[in-house]
Amino acid sequence: MPAREKVIFEYSHPGRGASDQWPAEPPAAALADLPAKLRRARPPELPEVGELEAVRHFTRLSQLNFSIDTHFYPLGSCTMKYNPKACNQYAMLPELLARHPLAPESHGQGFLACMYELQEMLKEVTGMQGVALSPMAGAHGEFAGVAMIRAYHRARGDLKRTEIIVPEAAHGTNPASATMCGCVVREIPVNAQGDVGLEALKAAVGPNTAGIMLTNPSTLGVFERRIEEVARIVHEAGGLLYYDGANLNAILGKVRPGDMGFDVIHMNLHKTFSTPHGGGGPGAGAVGVGTRLMPFMPLPIVGKEGERFRWLTQVDLPQSIGRLSAFMGNAGVLLRAYIYMRLLGRDGMRRVGEYATLNANYLLTRLKAAGFDAAYPERRASHEFIVTLKRQAREHNVTAMDFAKRLLDYGFHAPTTYFPLLVPECLLIEPTETESKDILDAFVAAMSQIQKEAEQEPERVRGAPHTMPVRRLDDVRAARQLDLTWKPAAQP
Amino acid sequence: MSNVPADLKYTRSHEWVKSLADGTVEIGITDHAQHALGDLVFVEVPDAGRAVKAGEACAVVESVKAASDVYAPITGEITAGNPQLAGEPEAVNADAYSAWLMRLRPAPGALAAAALMSSADYEKFLAAEG
Repeated sequence: MPAREKVIFEYSHPGRGASDQWPAEPPAAALADLPAKLRRARPPELPEVGELEAVRHFTRLSQLNFSIDTHFYPLGSCTMKYNPKACNQYAMLPELLARHPLAPESHGQGFLACMYELQEMLKEVTGMQGVALSPMAGAHGEFAGVAMIRAYHRARGDLKRTEIIVPEAAHGTNPASATMCGCVVREIPVNAQGDVGLEALKAAVGPNTAGIMLTNPSTLGVFERRIEEVARIVHEAGGLLYYDGANLNAILGKVRPGDMGFDVIHMNLHKTFSTPHGGGGPGAGAVGVGTRLMPFMPLPIVGKEGERFRWLTQVDLPQSIGRLSAFMGNAGVLLRAYIYMRLLGRDGMRRVGEYATLNANYLLTRLKAAGFDAAYPERRASHEFIVTLKRQAREHNVTAMDFAKRLLDYGFHAPTTYFPLLVPECLLIEPTETESKDILDAFVAAMSQIQKEAEQEPERVRGAPHTMPVRRLDDVRAARQLDLTWKPAAQP
Repeated sequence: MSNVPADLKYTRSHEWVKSLADGTVEIGITDHAQHALGDLVFVEVPDAGRAVKAGEACAVVESVKAASDVYAPITGEITAGNPQLAGEPEAVNADAYSAWLMRLRPAPGALAAAALMSSADYEKFLAAEG
């Protein structure tokens, strides 16, 4: 393994640089417009390195990457499933890249056609009646969804409905999004099998209920079996149902949230529809709605009149919750999702759901056979499942984090650790549809080997990773003494 | 095995409650709770003067693993939040029973009405939770 790469400032020498990147002298007129107090007294402390040094530095950094293109990533669609290269290739066509967002509709009919068809395909695969593409990521989509629910109740003059019910197995962003929309969050428990407790739900709904936010399959990796009952209870109480699409990968082409009774959904196009989103962006959190929420959709939306496409505006949707992003949202991400869906087609999308769940259940069955404890042993996995290492922590003092770190030494990225919070010492494992049986078997072999190490030489596991460019980081010290600024060493 | 002092009262959400001589109570999180959370990196305590209801979230403890709400065990008024913890969250890990989070003056009758456990019952509760 290569040694730790230095910070680029440490390569710096005064006066060194790449001549083609030296900025041009600003025209005097531009400087004159800047008030003196806003001008820099001295130049910023930027690293001064030659072009080749900069190239080598960043290339070496990229070689330290533990990426889906080099390793199995059991974080799954939650973080990064495999993005077929073709999606990127077509989205990088110069005709699409060079399109100006302010270009007249008549000059962008091809792009608008792609977006229109993407809206139509998303409607079909989710069973919703309308789709808006502009929210920039999942939580932004949640915000749009809850804002529409509130707008719906307000438009009916039902101003009391400000409570959003959130089961404890929901994503952490759900209560946050509801709060951002000015709602009050009511949390309800899930039962021992991982389903929403219907009695608690019945007790929680009432004349103040705006809606419920659900993830199905839930973060516990199981399908909410009584979802029709949940929908009936919430609808009879006058609330609406919000579907958090983070786990859509599990049901793609098999079950549609619209058919389960949901009124609004956000889709993480960057998860399920396979667009790159490492390092926090860019995402795309398109929203889909049933008939009741159609008037409130965020703008812009692409409409079709005859053979021509155009942006729908406030004139078309006077009750819209408004714009949530500049232009169309993350157009490049939307294009990649469109191409992905076109390449898969209807049958291909069904196979995504089938193989995602087949791979998860195969892995769960083999890990159970190897002696690991499933958090919900009676339940079939969705596209992901939870293993709890509570027993290993008790018997060998080897935690889920130790297993996760040791997996790196065996060439596997760690699964999600310590989420969901309901399950102690947990690993949330999601292989996704693109992994082969060979890889899944190798992962089970590595887990079994680590289990053996935990029994025989636990120090080896507790001290992992041993082969990575950095050893275990002191994340406690990093959080307590946050320091993100490079400072020059004191001159001798 | 967690440390559960016999002279304190406890909640199912892992807070401890200590009665002080002036009629107020001191509240913190239990040794079990600090151990489950791991090394704390952030603690937010309530301001004095805030009225809280039993079961209401009124403080936050955050580790690198998770952020958790701390719930008021008793209805009443906050008389002090521990100012030491903002700069020194690790004090809770070092000794969960001396690093109090808040002091509270119970509303009339609230102390008697609060669902608090004895140390023996809390130990049984911990054993059952596994």
